[in-house]
Amino acid sequence: MALLNDEIRTNLVEVFGKMKEEVTIAVFTKEDGCETCKDTLDFMKEIEEVGEKIKLEEYDMEKDSKKAEEFNVEMTPSIVLLDSEGKDNGIKFYGIPAGHEINSLITGIIEVSGSGEDVPSALKERIAKIKTPVDIKVFVTLGCPHCPGAVAKAHKLALENPNIRAQMIEAQTFSELSDKYNVSGVPKIIINEDNDLVGNQPIEKFLETIESL
Amino acid sequence: MGFELNFDSSSLKSNTKKIEENVIYDVLIIGAGPAGLNSALYATRNGLNAGLIADKYGGQVLDTSSVENYLGYESIPGEDLVGAFREHVEKYEIPIKKDSRVEKVEKKENRFFLSMSDGTELKSKTLIIATGSKPRKLNVPGEEKFSGKGVAYCAICDGPLFQGRDVVIAGGGNSAVEAAIDIAKIANKVYLVQRSVLRAEQALVDKLETLNNVEIRLGTQVKEIYGEKLVKGIKVYNKVEDKEFDIKADGIFVEIGSVPNSGPFKDLVETLPNGEIVIDCSCNTSVPGLFAAGDVTTVPYKQISISSGEGAKAALSANAYINKLK
Repeated sequence: MALLNDEIRTNLVEVFGKMKEEVTIAVFTKEDGCETCKDTLDFMKEIEEVGEKIKLEEYDMEKDSKKAEEFNVEMTPSIVLLDSEGKDNGIKFYGIPAGHEINSLITGIIEVSGSGEDVPSALKERIAKIKTPVDIKVFVTLGCPHCPGAVAKAHKLALENPNIRAQMIEAQTFSELSDKYNVSGVPKIIINEDNDLVGNQPIEKFLETIESL
Repeated sequence: MGFELNFDSSSLKSNTKKIEENVIYDVLIIGAGPAGLNSALYATRNGLNAGLIADKYGGQVLDTSSVENYLGYESIPGEDLVGAFREHVEKYEIPIKKDSRVEKVEKKENRFFLSMSDGTELKSKTLIIATGSKPRKLNVPGEEKFSGKGVAYCAICDGPLFQGRDVVIAGGGNSAVEAAIDIAKIANKVYLVQRSVLRAEQALVDKLETLNNVEIRLGTQVKEIYGEKLVKGIKVYNKVEDKEFDIKADGIFVEIGSVPNSGPFKDLVETLPNGEIVIDCSCNTSVPGLFAAGDVTTVPYKQISISSGEGAKAALSANAYINKLK
């Protein structure tokens, strides 16, 4: 069964038509004990079909453990967006980016292709100054309209600075992890384990937290 | 296959036209809920050089799971309604600035100067403030501490995290009753706690009363939210019985109305002590050339249909004001 209806398909063809360079979607799944792996892979296959410049690479978490290690993939299903040179810019999705999260997936693809939005120069300078490794986790639910905004900002930061990596984490799929980080409101943003923000925070707020590390 | 795709193509297509720093706009519209979006529609259709500042593109309607009182739609998800608004407005190619908030506004010699949170400065001849409102807080011990740790303000966002758990909804208006109906589908038990009586539409109350995992506690006031790392329950006081008691719950959704987002404008324009911007029936404020519309204003009844109508009015008033300048 097709996941994307004709209307979304047509819109996506147009949106992905703006992509500057190729983007590779690396999908990691595993055979057993992963309820949403098949759906995620099917969904990404359809995304590949509507994007002329989108390529799909399928990996198995166990069989391709070296690849998983290379991209720091820890759970399945997961998606890593690679740029035209096959480089990982620290942009990852844990869990299926369906529901509202299709928007953060699309924004991510457009951004990695090099046709994203410009960051105002004052912010760009602040982002460039970050020298310590930063890990941003953004917990989401698929019904949350504010969540893709928070994910897109975290991903944007990762794209702008190689010291930063950012992951969307679907809270219901990874409920143990959600419990560990006490997620009971989304979007919940965890920066380097101990610092948390709740809500679709402005990019300045992300930066303030990172700068205070 | 248990998931839907809420693909919002308008948000991606629209990043073509941007608000420029070196342009003096006829009107800048701050806020993109029903009031701001309808202002944008009327302003562009009247030929004004307009720009839309959208910190939260779609406004509070995005948080509403279903709207059943907007004329022409028997029942429509809030985001679909707002999606239709946005698509309509974007036909007119209005420049939009997203993810940036107004920090300060000044008026100098018939021009408005806006300092934005991303460091940019914008200019216009008139302004329409349509910044809406944000959820009102209970202001009880524990609320701040457990915010995002069981205390929630967006039922459609955070509802799914409470699958099979016990949840309190505080409030008795439409949004509280809607939240209770929504969350009852997945939660084990829902307590609707309201200080006075239910003020929601009868149609919603009737629906609520058919649900057997919902318990309604009226005349009951939330006194405290307690827990350890996460919420464990709330302490409430019942006026009729003059008794305090505990409700054990994993989460509490606060749906007790809203407070206007008028913070950055309070130094410039007259507001009431509750924060609402004072307007007359043409959406004029105390400052010439500055108009306001929707939930941020003194207009009675915070409703989607009312806000969108107010937005149209504000744009027409701004248009008339600009015509007089010429």
